[in-house]
Amino acid sequence: MIVRRDRLTIWERLYLTAIWGGLKVTFRHFWRTVVRRRPVTVQYPEEKPVVPPGYRGAPYLVRDQTGRIKCVSCQLCEFVCPPKAIRITPPGPEIDPTTGNVEKRPRQFEIDMLRCIFCGFCQEVCPEEAIFLMQDYSLTGLSRSEMIYDMDKLLRLGGVHLDPIRKWERKAREAQAQETVPPTLP
Amino acid sequence: MPESNPRHFDTMASDFVIFTLAKVGAAFAVLMFFVAYVVWVERRLSAAIQDRLGPNRVGPFGLGQPIADAVKAFLKEDVVPAHVRKVWYCLAPALVMLPAILNLAIIPFGSKLGSQPMVIADLNVGILYALGIGSLSVYGIALAGYGSNSKYPLLGGLRSCAQLISYEITLAISVVPVFLWAGDLNLSCIIQRQAGTAPWLPLLPNWFVFQSPLTALAFVIFLVAAFAETNRTPFDLPEAEQELAGGYNVEYSSIKFALFFMGEYAHMILASAMLTTLFLGGWTLPIAGLDRPATTLAAGLAHIAIFLIKLVACMLVFLWVRWMWPRFRYDQLMDLSWRRLLPLALVNTLLTATWLWFRSLV
Repeated sequence: MIVRRDRLTIWERLYLTAIWGGLKVTFRHFWRTVVRRRPVTVQYPEEKPVVPPGYRGAPYLVRDQTGRIKCVSCQLCEFVCPPKAIRITPPGPEIDPTTGNVEKRPRQFEIDMLRCIFCGFCQEVCPEEAIFLMQDYSLTGLSRSEMIYDMDKLLRLGGVHLDPIRKWERKAREAQAQETVPPTLP
Repeated sequence: MPESNPRHFDTMASDFVIFTLAKVGAAFAVLMFFVAYVVWVERRLSAAIQDRLGPNRVGPFGLGQPIADAVKAFLKEDVVPAHVRKVWYCLAPALVMLPAILNLAIIPFGSKLGSQPMVIADLNVGILYALGIGSLSVYGIALAGYGSNSKYPLLGGLRSCAQLISYEITLAISVVPVFLWAGDLNLSCIIQRQAGTAPWLPLLPNWFVFQSPLTALAFVIFLVAAFAETNRTPFDLPEAEQELAGGYNVEYSSIKFALFFMGEYAHMILASAMLTTLFLGGWTLPIAGLDRPATTLAAGLAHIAIFLIKLVACMLVFLWVRWMWPRFRYDQLMDLSWRRLLPLALVNTLLTATWLWFRSLV
């Protein structure tokens, strides 16, 4: 394709229109920034950008409204995690006396935030809705070990997620119906 | 008494030395202060034009930024690449800075403070000195390009040489009508010729921009040539970052680079000072008798303030224009100089001379 280049008129070739145009544009932006005080700059540590809904930040663990840890230590997230950032220590055969033999819970749950790529696979694969990618994008630490978040920290940062099904209560009731709480192993 | 004369001469001489040294020190300090803060103003202004904020962390409004920059420039490692031609390489930054400082000597930055004229050297060929010294700055850039001994600085240096030489001629010829009009080469005399109000419209001051269409044209040509001389956009080809990876100063670091940087801004300030002196009435203002040499200390200070305000206004034009236009292509740059501005300046000189001759007849 041949682009036609029209010959500039005398008026255009005097550059005066270009000068005026440039002056107008620069002055408009100057006015906007200085007088109306609407610069695009976000002064980061003091003012933080609002992240959009659905933003994939750091993955944290959540509790339900009764304070239970929702994770059941199924280790699906550990297996799906592409950079192998998650390490779950399952409880083993012994029973936690505070929760009974209702459902497993992890003995330890660690996410290495230096390895995590914020892909969201763990959230997607979790059958219990126990892990969510939250809005934190700026994780800092002074050492590598500090950047491995353990279960307490993940739960503290994750907070509470409302659980409409409350599976644990139903399971606890079923166990109570068997009148052996906590049920012992045969 | 016979022995009182030499003593009198001695006090005169020592007075001259002391006052000149004081003026040199003060003018140099003000120049350096302006260099530092023009950089700050440029950064804030360009930020505002681009919807940004600019440096605002060091001190109130970021006013401490120049100090931080200076400390950084001094403390950085001064890397001298192994392949450079050392003597020229080290000489070049100084040669860029030097002409600007030398030119400061002839700028009348005020009328009188007490009995001292506020100009370091009141040369009667002031402008010739300014043009001569000003054209030395091309050596700094050429040597930087040559001494760096690598391809990008060389290209930047070559382009700069060609540009500076071309526009030097335009610059020199564009001011000839002003001298014809003023009838003098001394800058203080030229300022005196701009006192009062314009004869054709008493509202306007009698500055050379307003005095006649011919001097106004001279002003426009001088302005364009001054932009080219100071390597400012739209004529910043020597340091076109996108094309030359920085230009003639690529191989420099630390305080040597800072000298190039400061030299450029010093040149800009000097160009603004020349513009103010030649076309915008220097330290005069046609109100309240401020267009005559000061007799009191307050008026003397007011003159210095007026000069500095005009200087800053010119600087703002320099800074603002950088964000308005794209860069000229190299052939366009040469075309503008040799085929447009130079003939225009020559015609302007001829017309002015003819008009003045005609006016002297009647």
